[in-house]
Amino acid sequence: MKAQISSFILHPLFFTPKIMSLSFDLSVPKQKRELIKSFFYHLFVGGFCLLMVYPLLWLFSSSLKPTDEIWRTVMQLIPSSITFDNYVNGWAGFGNISFTTFYQNSLIYTVLATLITVFFSGMVAYGFSRVNFIGRKFWFACMITTLMLPVQVVIIPQYIMFSNLKWLNTLYPLLLPRFGGQAFFIFMIMQFVRGIPKELDEAAEIDGCGKVGIFFRIILPLIQPALVTCAIFSFYWTWEDFLTPLIYLNSPKLYTISLALRSFADPSANTDWGAIFAMSALSLMPVFIIFIFFQRYLVQGISTTGLKG
Amino acid sequence: MAVIPIKPAPAKSATPTKKRNFRQSNLIGYIFIGPWLLAFFAFTLMPMLASLYFSFTDYSSLDSLDKARWIGFQNFERMFTTDTKYIKAVGATFYYVIFAIPLRLIFALGLAMLLNTGRSGMGLYRAAFYAPSIVGGSIAVAVMWRQVFGTEGLFNGFLAFLGVPARTWLGNPDTAIWTLIVLAVWQFGSPMLIFLAGLKQIPAEFYEAASIDGASGLRKFISITLPLLSPVIFFNLIMQMISGLMVFTQAFIITGGAPLDTTLFYALYIYRRAFENFQMGYASAMAWVLLLIIAFFAAIVFRSSSQWVYYETKEEG
Repeated sequence: MKAQISSFILHPLFFTPKIMSLSFDLSVPKQKRELIKSFFYHLFVGGFCLLMVYPLLWLFSSSLKPTDEIWRTVMQLIPSSITFDNYVNGWAGFGNISFTTFYQNSLIYTVLATLITVFFSGMVAYGFSRVNFIGRKFWFACMITTLMLPVQVVIIPQYIMFSNLKWLNTLYPLLLPRFGGQAFFIFMIMQFVRGIPKELDEAAEIDGCGKVGIFFRIILPLIQPALVTCAIFSFYWTWEDFLTPLIYLNSPKLYTISLALRSFADPSANTDWGAIFAMSALSLMPVFIIFIFFQRYLVQGISTTGLKG
Repeated sequence: MAVIPIKPAPAKSATPTKKRNFRQSNLIGYIFIGPWLLAFFAFTLMPMLASLYFSFTDYSSLDSLDKARWIGFQNFERMFTTDTKYIKAVGATFYYVIFAIPLRLIFALGLAMLLNTGRSGMGLYRAAFYAPSIVGGSIAVAVMWRQVFGTEGLFNGFLAFLGVPARTWLGNPDTAIWTLIVLAVWQFGSPMLIFLAGLKQIPAEFYEAASIDGASGLRKFISITLPLLSPVIFFNLIMQMISGLMVFTQAFIITGGAPLDTTLFYALYIYRRAFENFQMGYASAMAWVLLLIIAFFAAIVFRSSSQWVYYETKEEG
């Protein structure tokens, strides 16, 4: 195990200079050598970590700086004085619409879309993995293919359809497609259902439980971890969704956070960078809060399916 | 086509109950997948066919639907002959995908191997490396990125700190696309997690045995890690390439296709034609070419996979 570790770290492919391995004198006690290695490991990986999250830290720190200081002290992470003025100014929004409205819109869209998507994905996943019916494999193949389908192929006719139905500036075009679940989630839940012993279904069937009963009473409670993972992803993707609201919502009163931020941060209209940074940072807050609390589910979800766009 | 399920109850024991059960099971199956099936027809299949039809017309969303005129292959001809912007868009998109996706996967694999050493602090590092991935698609990060690479931005500040003179990054046709590539590579977190899960499944004995035989680190990487991880790398490569070809939001916000159309990505150009110039017919034709490009790449990768993807023989019954 040890040999494996050192070969990984010391190999030039993994960004650590090879010289390091040569500089260790073999006469140094083994423990001490391990300690030095460990030190360099954390120095390198930790440093790289900091570099990766630095832009985000910069965003948050800039949002707390007095406006005139943001560009003067670009490299300084800690503001000379912390001010929340930017948040107050930014929250006022634009065109007499404050960010309260935008947050409301985003929350309604995100919560409804997530609930719908997750429930129906679970239902469809159960159908595909536990019920025998003619054409199952064919439809499953169709579903997997849609994972690779460019959204541009369907979005133009969808737009024409919804605009002919006079549904622009409503939530229908954003929510209706969700009732079919989402292929990625269906696939993920199916992976999870596979791990539930079939004997459970059979036992319930002997006790007189139908397929519907099995779904609601046995499968649904057992796949909860998978549903939570799907819910988190769905929340993220809907919260950050841009193209769909951009096409269907034209009235600023209906803007989601994404749309509002885009208008708010338009360089030709707004130069209050403090406020722009503050609102950007604030829009990421729900994402980070969920990330901190549910990290385990996310990691599991990604690792078990082995794919994510 | 429709594959007969595992228990079709053939002549052997076609008792009435079994037949009824089977019919019932069909009905229940379709009830359960019904929502997906309906959505698939209404929001995927029919729009796709409509899009295919529009791609042969000069339909503009400023007119009513019945004014759409059949023009044969003119849209496609225009794309490849007179529309120089289209050629630029294709070039920019390929440039982006060719650099961004392999770089992202290399970073992901390298970091996954570094984190897979069982040292302390792994959870924290993993979370920090993954953080850019979860926010990377947001408008907030795109807005931030524009400022990071702005003339007075963080990157120039960093360069000044190192004594390198400031430059324009977003306004320069040579560098603008690289700000987007860096943004894509920055989000290596999710493939990293996938690789990490894959690496954990490689038995440590393989490496121990190789060490006893005197294999070097590089040798072990080439002979053990890469082959055993190849299915995972393969799937990631496909999915990420496909999503790379469809990238839209970042270019839309950060560069808007400028300068000199060097970052006018395919999806962005479709959006412009469809929703800013209202040329739905032409945009549909472009979307279908994109679909064909994606299908072509997916086919190549799948076809060639048997050459370089190593599948361990499954031991399950």
